[in-house]
Amino acid sequence: MNSFLTIAMPKGRIFEEAVELLRKANFQLPPEFDDSRKLILEVEEENLRFILAKPMDVVTYVEHGVADIGIAGKDVMLEEERDVYELLDLKISACYLAVAGLPDTTLSDVAPRVASKYPNVASGYFREQGEQVEIIKLNGSIELAPLIGLAELIVDIVSTGQTLKENGLVEYARIADVTSRLVANPVSYRIKEQRITEIVERLTPVIESLKR
Amino acid sequence: MTKPFMFEKPLGMRDTLPLLYETKQVIRNKMSEEIKQWGYQFIETPALEFYETIGETSAILDAQLFKLLDQQGHTLVLRPEMTTPIARVAASKLLKQQIPTRLAYSENVYRAQQIEGGKPVEFEQIGIECIGNGSISADAEIISLLVSVLKEAGLDGFKISIGHVGFLQELFTGILGNEERAAVLRKFLYEKNYVGYREHIKFLPLSSIDKQRLIQFISLQGGEETIENAMQLLENGRGKETLYELKELYMQLKEFGVEPYISFDLTLVSHMSYYTGTLFEVYAGQVGSLIGNGGRYDSLFQKFDWDTPATGFAIRMDRLTEALGELNAREPIECVLFSQEHRQEALAYARKRRTEGRRVAIQDINAVQNVDAFTATFSDVQFFIGKGGASRDE
Repeated sequence: MNSFLTIAMPKGRIFEEAVELLRKANFQLPPEFDDSRKLILEVEEENLRFILAKPMDVVTYVEHGVADIGIAGKDVMLEEERDVYELLDLKISACYLAVAGLPDTTLSDVAPRVASKYPNVASGYFREQGEQVEIIKLNGSIELAPLIGLAELIVDIVSTGQTLKENGLVEYARIADVTSRLVANPVSYRIKEQRITEIVERLTPVIESLKR
Repeated sequence: MTKPFMFEKPLGMRDTLPLLYETKQVIRNKMSEEIKQWGYQFIETPALEFYETIGETSAILDAQLFKLLDQQGHTLVLRPEMTTPIARVAASKLLKQQIPTRLAYSENVYRAQQIEGGKPVEFEQIGIECIGNGSISADAEIISLLVSVLKEAGLDGFKISIGHVGFLQELFTGILGNEERAAVLRKFLYEKNYVGYREHIKFLPLSSIDKQRLIQFISLQGGEETIENAMQLLENGRGKETLYELKELYMQLKEFGVEPYISFDLTLVSHMSYYTGTLFEVYAGQVGSLIGNGGRYDSLFQKFDWDTPATGFAIRMDRLTEALGELNAREPIECVLFSQEHRQEALAYARKRRTEGRRVAIQDINAVQNVDAFTATFSDVQFFIGKGGASRDE
C-alpha cells in the first residue's frame, strides 16, 4: 500500500536546500522543480505531490491536514505553536533568533518597543526576562525599525550577521537556534504512518552524512 | 442605536443551516440508536457550571475555558467537555442507585482561545461513560461500541490507536529514576516534538543502552506486534502488567470482531494526569484532526469523593460530519398555495398529505410577491386558487 502523500515545501531561502536534501535521499523530483512557477507539482513515480507555500504558512497547511508533511523552519514553529509532529531536524538553513539594536541601546522607561516578524517569540522572550515591552509586528526589513526610531530593539533571524553589521546594529541576545524541520499532521502520521516513516528513514542517513 | 453585526459572529461560532442540520440529525439518530442498544442511557446537563466544580477538574486547559460571573459573583464556565459534568451527576446521585452505570450524551461543548477561523469554538460531542467498571472488559466494550457507532454513522476507513499511560510512566521512571525527569520527556511527547525529545535525551546522564531504549520508544506504534516490541524495551519487569492488559484487551477486541480497526501507539499521552490507563484516539484520513478520543480516567471521581474507576469516549460531530463528506440530499418539501376562498380545501389536502408522512408547507398566495421564485425550492406545488371550483396544478 503506497498511499498518496502531499508535502508542503517552503518557497524562498529554504527551498533550494530542501530540494537538494530530497534529491540526495534519492527522491525523483522533476527537473522543472527549481524554476517552476507552479504552486502544485506532482511526482507520479513517487506518489508524491508537492505544494509550494510561504515558509510562514507551511505549518498551517500541515496542521489543517491539506498537506500530510512539510518542511518548516523552527522559527515558524516557535512563533505559530501549531499542532503538528516535529519528526526530524533536517539541519539545513541554520540560523538563529536574536535580539538586536543600535549599539548602547537602553530600553526606554516609558514604553519600550520591540519590532519583530515573530511577535509571540518576542513577547515570550521579554516576559521571561522580566521586561515589559510593547511588540510591534513587521513583515520584513525589521532592521529598519531601530534605525528610524520605530522601536529600540528588534527580534529577528540572523544567519551570517551581515545585514545587522551593514546597518550598524549589534546583537544583544541569542534566543533560539533555528534549522528546518520535517513536520507531520497528527492524523496523517497515524493513517499514513508507513509512508511517513519511510521518508524519515530515507532522510536520516543523508542528514547524518551532511553533518560531517 | 448601534447597527447589529449581521454577518459577523464571535470567532469560532457557526450557524447550522437546514441542509447541514438534517444531515447531522440523521447521523446523530443512527449513532444514538446504536448507543441505546448497548444499554447506555442518555442524560443532559446544564451548559453553565461552577468553575470550581467543572473548570478546575476538567482535562481542558484553563486558557480554553469561557468564564463568566453569575449575580452572586461565582465564577461560571461554559462546559468544555462532558465527562466531568457527567461525573458530577453520577457522583451526586446516580451511583447511589447502580454501579456500574452506563451513561451517554450528545451535547454542545465550548472551548475558547482560537487564534483563527477554521476551528469551531462551540461543537457537539456524542459520547458515553461507563462508570464503576474497572475491568478490561469495560475497555473492550467501549472501544467496540465506538467502532459500531462510527460504522452506523457510515464512516469507513477509520483507525483507532490505543496506548497506555501506565506503560509510558513505568518505562520513563524506570530509566530516569524520578517523576520530574519523566515529566520533562512526557511534555516533549505531548507537544509532539520528537526532535526536542531526541536532543534532550542526548544530554541526559544515562548509559547508551538506556538512551537507545528511550529513542526506540517513540517508534512504538503499529499493529499487534507493537506490544511485543514494547516488551523488549522493558527491564526487570516493571511495566509488564500494563502490556499484559493491552494484550488481554486486544484479545477481547478480537472476540468483538473489531480488530481490523485497531492499532497501538504507546507514545500517546494526555496532558496533565487525566487519563490513568488505556487511552485511544480515532482518526479518519479525510480529516486532519481527531474524530474522537477516550480512555480510562480512574482518578477523576476522587475529586467528587468517590473512589470508582471509569472509562468513556467522545466523538466530535463536526469532524465526523466532515469525514463523512456528502451532505444528505434534502428531504422533499411540498407546498400548498391557496387563495382565501379555497383555504378549507387547501388545509384538508395538506393534512391528508402530512398523515401520509409528507412535509407540507401551506402558504397564502396573496402574501407571495414572486410565485415562481418562491415555489422553485419545493419538490411539488399544489394550487388552490381562483374563482369557482378548485384548480389544482403542478
